[in-house]
Amino acid sequence: MGIDSLIARYREILDESPLDQVAEWKAKHPGTKVVGCYPVYSPVELIHAAGMLPVGIVGGGNRLEIAHADSRFQSFVCSIVKSTLELAMVDKLAFLDGIVFHSICDPARNLGSVYKRNFPRLMVEYIHFAQNLTSPHTIDYLTAEYRRLMTSYEQLAGKPITDDALRQSIRIYNEQRQLLRELYAIRAEKPQNLSTLESYILTRIGTLMPPDEHIAILKEALAGIRQRDERPKDRIKVVLEGSFCEQPPLELIEGLEAAGCYILDDDFLLGWRWFPADVPAEGDPVRNLAESYLHQSVYSGVKHDTRERKSKHLIDKVKETGAAAVLILAAKFCEPALFDYALYRQALEKAGIPHLYLEFEEKMWIFDKARTEVETFVESMLFD
Amino acid sequence: MAKPAEAVKTSYQGQMHLLQKDMMGRYFERVTRCAEQGEGKAVYMLISGNPVELVQAFDLVPVYPEIDALQLAVKKAALPFIQKAEEIGYSMDNCAYVKADVGMFLGDRKTPFATIPLPSLILCNYVGCNVYLQWFEHLAEYCDGELYNLDIPFLRDPSGKPTKADVDYVVRQLEEVIEVLERLSGKKLDWAKLKRIVALSSETGELWSKIKALTKNVPTPYDAYFDSVTMMAPLYCLRGTEDGLKFFQTALKEMEEKVQMGAGPLPEERFRFVIEGPPPWPYLRTFRDLFSKWGAVAVASTYSTVGGLWEFGFKHDPNRPLESIAEHMLEWNVTNRNFLQRYQQIRRYLEEWSADALVIHSVKSCRLFSAGQGDMREYFTKELNVPTLLIESDIEDPRYFSEAQLKNRIDAFFESLEHQKLVRQTKAAGGKA
Repeated sequence: MGIDSLIARYREILDESPLDQVAEWKAKHPGTKVVGCYPVYSPVELIHAAGMLPVGIVGGGNRLEIAHADSRFQSFVCSIVKSTLELAMVDKLAFLDGIVFHSICDPARNLGSVYKRNFPRLMVEYIHFAQNLTSPHTIDYLTAEYRRLMTSYEQLAGKPITDDALRQSIRIYNEQRQLLRELYAIRAEKPQNLSTLESYILTRIGTLMPPDEHIAILKEALAGIRQRDERPKDRIKVVLEGSFCEQPPLELIEGLEAAGCYILDDDFLLGWRWFPADVPAEGDPVRNLAESYLHQSVYSGVKHDTRERKSKHLIDKVKETGAAAVLILAAKFCEPALFDYALYRQALEKAGIPHLYLEFEEKMWIFDKARTEVETFVESMLFD
Repeated sequence: MAKPAEAVKTSYQGQMHLLQKDMMGRYFERVTRCAEQGEGKAVYMLISGNPVELVQAFDLVPVYPEIDALQLAVKKAALPFIQKAEEIGYSMDNCAYVKADVGMFLGDRKTPFATIPLPSLILCNYVGCNVYLQWFEHLAEYCDGELYNLDIPFLRDPSGKPTKADVDYVVRQLEEVIEVLERLSGKKLDWAKLKRIVALSSETGELWSKIKALTKNVPTPYDAYFDSVTMMAPLYCLRGTEDGLKFFQTALKEMEEKVQMGAGPLPEERFRFVIEGPPPWPYLRTFRDLFSKWGAVAVASTYSTVGGLWEFGFKHDPNRPLESIAEHMLEWNVTNRNFLQRYQQIRRYLEEWSADALVIHSVKSCRLFSAGQGDMREYFTKELNVPTLLIESDIEDPRYFSEAQLKNRIDAFFESLEHQKLVRQTKAAGGKA
């Protein structure tokens, strides 16, 4: 299959109903447990090593009507919290045996409790990720937290998680993340050869299937992309920040680039690309995963590392990629992203880096306004 | 036919109230001297389960941005600061406590109640609220103060208890905080002094717990929401001091006297309710009067357990100072407990404090409290059959307070409660009105 039709096929799946992909998989593998992972990051290796399938539950997209969940969560709560609840209320998550939430923000945490009360058949877990990244004692805590979680997963899977199985899972996900990094490297270097939408589709599809299947797809895709040799268009180069949790609709991602820019880097589905280098598999694999979280993971609006300012990371990224500007694309009502923006804005202004601030909701249908804003921004930069 | 409600203006001028004013005045004078004369070093902390005992042991000045933000709101001085923060990039949808504080912090830090000193240490006790992390991260960007994230694992185990690894982690971090405070103050920790301070906290907590039990009486001697906030200020700002202890001794005595006299905050107690969520500080009195006119009084509130939950048996233990500070932070405050534990806390209040109804005050700023309160309402109305009112405004931002709307909702709710009461009484009397 050619690269274009490969991507078109996955786009269709994502456009229609991505979760059906998992439901079909589950129907073919009724004996295997499936565990949903709410954003941002989840140590999926722990689930995989128990012989279960970790999948990304990243909201309901723009084809789900919120008919019940808005009576449980108020109007000022972000869309992904409500759509994730709605999905379970209308029984679209019947393939799940468990779901895990994380300490990313207050609404997501309360959502975990609401899930527990309303869907007692699901194993609902919650990970408290460490927020003290400087103490030498944190590693013991996070390792213990992962071990606590493993005990839960061993129960759910009905089998123990061996160190060897975990090492094997780490190697598989390392390979997957390495291939994703290669996708992103292509965009950073020759964005004309791979659009942001394409790389998004290729990343997102991997949250819905076993990692080895995804690895095969990525290899095929990368081989096809490397054959491309497009001429660069007259566009400005930007990095995009702020969409690490709720995901924008495909049409919006497409429209942003089509409005006149190349997005060299972004934070879409950030948790699935959490490590810029491989997690060591040798030695104590649980501790390695924890160690990598603490010391070798990407910066994010939900990780508060006092060792280096987030705005510095963003500015470094702009400089390293050679981008001319920043697009902030924050989910409406997302407190972590909105707070980060206040710091980013001040730092970007100080550094003389132009930026455009946009808000989105996963459920949005109309993209003209965002597109016009990007076009105006691009024009102001091109003809300044 | 429901009895028409008349306007009742509440006021409370007991000895406790005067003492509170006096002591908080002195606290803010100390804060101001720190800012203006460089007397002492300021340690910023958050209210929810904090290790103020350590800060007191080093004679450093505890400063609470949340207290400052709420004082700004009460004094109706918050809005210009909120707007200033919005001008530099904060969103309409960000917590207004943070915005008011940031707006104030970036100016000359002069407020109607104190001048706020710059922090020497920004001690972010991350207890439940994720916004805390960002709030203090931002303050650290705006000044030279050292930032330490004191990470408190959330209660997530089905047992509702912290794990052993959680407790160890917090104790180890407290030891690191001691090192930081030693460096900052230039002196070694005096463990005997720390134990005395923890003993004071222990006694204070016990008195507070006794005071809270008094609202089980009919009538309740005070309003467990609106009057509790008077007591919360010394509980947080003065815990671990002789002054703080004295305040609670006085308050307990005064409340016990009221119980003996059968006196309450209202001329007649007609409804007892439990209230969930923080108050609308900019319009506290207006909000209170919307309930008072119905003879409705709060007998318990979750908000009064933000900084500590003492009424279910917790006490600081001076013989295990660090462990008990850790337990307070991990387990014994409402913010670090999970949402379903809050349902159970409210349920206990409803049952043990003999309440007629639940009022949920949903505030936009604080999603820790509010996100999902629709599900909470569902639980209490559908599963427990408790009359429940859900109303919305804000803790800090005056733009979200709509008196007319709130009045309609509250009136309709109590009218219906009154009707139900009447029907019950009629039935009990043999079915004839």
